[in-house]
Amino acid sequence: MKREMIPIAGIEIEVHEAGSGEPILFLHSGQGFMPDHAYVGLLAEKRQMIAPSHPGFGRSGLPAWLGTVDDIAHIHLELMDQLGIAKADVIGASIGGWIAAEMATKAPARFKKLVLVSPVGVKVGPTDKLDIPDIFAMPLDRVSKLLFHNPDNAKVDVAKMSDEELTIMVRNRETMALLCWEPWMHNPKLTHRLHRITAPTLFLRGASDGLVSADYLAAYAKLIPNAKIETVPDAGHALPVEQPQAFASRVLSFLSA
Amino acid sequence: MRAWHFTETAYPYLPPADEYESIRVTLPNRHYDPKKGAELYDRFLAEWQIAEAEGVNIMVNEHHQTATCVDPAAPLMLAALARLTKTARLLILGNPISNRRDPIRVAEEMAVIDILSHGRVESGFVRGVPYELAAANANPVRSNERHWEALDLIVKAWTTHDGPFSHEGQFFHHRNVNIWPRPYQQPHPPVWVSTTSTPGARRVGARGYVQATFLTGLDGTRAVFEAYRKGWREAGRGHDVPVHRLAYAPLLYTADSQAKARDGAEKIMWYVRANKVPPHYANPPGYFPTDANVKFLRGAVPPVVAFLKNASIDQAVEAGFLMKGTPDKVYQQVRKFYDHVGGFGHLLIMGQAGFLDHAETVHGIQTFAREVLPRLQAECPDMAVSGFHEDAKSAAG
Repeated sequence: MKREMIPIAGIEIEVHEAGSGEPILFLHSGQGFMPDHAYVGLLAEKRQMIAPSHPGFGRSGLPAWLGTVDDIAHIHLELMDQLGIAKADVIGASIGGWIAAEMATKAPARFKKLVLVSPVGVKVGPTDKLDIPDIFAMPLDRVSKLLFHNPDNAKVDVAKMSDEELTIMVRNRETMALLCWEPWMHNPKLTHRLHRITAPTLFLRGASDGLVSADYLAAYAKLIPNAKIETVPDAGHALPVEQPQAFASRVLSFLSA
Repeated sequence: MRAWHFTETAYPYLPPADEYESIRVTLPNRHYDPKKGAELYDRFLAEWQIAEAEGVNIMVNEHHQTATCVDPAAPLMLAALARLTKTARLLILGNPISNRRDPIRVAEEMAVIDILSHGRVESGFVRGVPYELAAANANPVRSNERHWEALDLIVKAWTTHDGPFSHEGQFFHHRNVNIWPRPYQQPHPPVWVSTTSTPGARRVGARGYVQATFLTGLDGTRAVFEAYRKGWREAGRGHDVPVHRLAYAPLLYTADSQAKARDGAEKIMWYVRANKVPPHYANPPGYFPTDANVKFLRGAVPPVVAFLKNASIDQAVEAGFLMKGTPDKVYQQVRKFYDHVGGFGHLLIMGQAGFLDHAETVHGIQTFAREVLPRLQAECPDMAVSGFHEDAKSAAG
C-alpha cells in the first residue's frame, strides 16, 4: 500500500492508496486506518482504495482551529477535489461513517453509493439516555466487549509496538475525545440534513455491536431516503476487522449492483 | 513565610471502599447525609476562623461529584468566609476555569468577594485534576489552552474600567464585557496558578503570578520552582524571584508530642489513601501529553501515583509530601524543604482530612501557629530571593 502526505487547507493529510479500478474513498473508524487489516486487501483486489487518515489520526496533522467532524467533512471533500475525484463510492466506519454522512449532506451529487458501517453521528433516542455508551467512562476491557464480538480481537501487544505506533494509538484516542466529547458522538444538526443524501446507502452492523444498537441504526437509516440495513453475524462494532470476508463481499456486491 | 490553613471539607462517612468503584464522579450522593454535612460545614468554617485568630491565612478549593471535597462552588464558601473573618487573606485555589463555561462570571464572583472582604481575596486558578472533566463534561483535549485564554480574559475584565470590550477567542466569546463591581484591590487581586508540570510553571513564571504546587515532594517541587524561575527570567522580569511568588502544599500536622503528631498525620493521609479512582477517570484522553501516555503504556508510573500507592508515614516525610511532628521536627522539615527547593513564601497546609476531628485539627493549627510559624517568619522573609545563584544565597542568608 502506498502512503503519501497531501496538504489540504494547510494540513498535512496522510493518504493510503492501493489497487486499481473505480475508486473507493474509505473513511476509517476511531481506531485509525490499519493497512494490514485483511479487508483492505480484499477490497483492493477489485477496486482502487483511497484511505486518508482524518486530521489528528495516524500521521495527519491537527491544527488548533480544527475540532469538529464537520471540519473534517470539509477537509475530505477538498481532498476529493485535489485527487480529481468528481464522484465516488464512499465507505465510512463508525466515526468515519459520521464523516461520510456529513460530506454527503454537503455535496450529495459527489456520492455514487454510500456504505455506513455502524456509524455514529446522530441523536435519535431520549434526552436522558445516551444513544452511544460513554466509552470514556468505563474500563478499557469493558470498551473492548462493546466493540468486539470476540474481545480477544481487541488485544494489542504494546511490547511489540514502536514508539511511533504507540504515539498514533494514543493520539487517535485523544482526537476521538476532541471530536466526540460534546455533544456526545453526534451533531444535533445532522438529523435535519440527512434527507439531502441521494446516494443509495447501505448500513452495515455487526450483530454483537455494543456501541451502535439495532434501534439506533434503524432510526438513522430512516433519515436517509434510499437506505437499507444489513446485519453481519459474529461481528461487533469493529465489523471489518472481525469479519473481513463477509464485510468485503457485502460491500462489493452492493457497490456493483 | 505565610501559612495557610486548608481543608478539602471531605465527607468521610462512607461505606467500605470495596463497595464502590470510585470515590469521585460516580459515588451516589445517597451516601451524603445533609444533616451531617451541615455539621461538617459549621465545623470547617469554625476551624478557618480559628486559623485566622492564630495568624494563619485561609485557603479553600473546589472539586465536583466527590466525597473527598464537598465544596463544588468554592466562591460560595469564600463569600461566607469573607463575612466570618476580618483579617485573614482569603485564597481560593482555585477556580477551575477550563471547566467553567463563562470566565466573565468567575471574574464577577471574585470581584464581589474582594469587595465583601474589603480586599482580602487571593484569586487562584487551576486546570483541575483529571477526574474533574467527567463531572464538568469539559473536554480534556485543549483544556490547558482554555485555561490560559480564560485567565487572560478574567484579568482583562478586572482591569478594564472604561466601558465594554469584546473578546472573540478560540474558546470564549463576549461582545460586552464590563463587570460591576470591579475588584477592591488594584489593579486586581493577586493571581495564583497551580501547576505540577515544569512547562506549566515556566509559563506561570513568565506572567509573574504566584506559583503553587501540590504534593510534588522535594525533587518535584524543586523542578517546578526552577522552571518558574527560568520563565520569570526569560520574560525579562529581572534576575531575582522573590520567595513570595512560590507556594507549596504538603500534608502537615503539628502536635505537642510525637505520638499525637503521628496519629494526626495518619488521619490526614486519608486524603491520599481514600482517593480511589479508576484509570478512565484518572487519565482521560488528552489530559496528559501524548508522550507521557506512551510512557505510561510502556509501564511508567507518574511519581506521585507511585509514591501514594505504598508510602508509609516515614517515607512520606522523607520525600517531602508530609510534614509532621512536634514543633521542632516540623520546623526542621519545613526548613529542609525550603533549602532544597530554593526557598518559597507560602506554606499551604493541608491540615485537616478524613477523620481528623475538630479538637485534633485545632490542636494542629494552634501548635503550628504558636511554635513553628514565628520561627519561619523570622528566618524566611517574604522578600527573600529564591533560587540557588549567588544573589539568592546572600539575600536569603
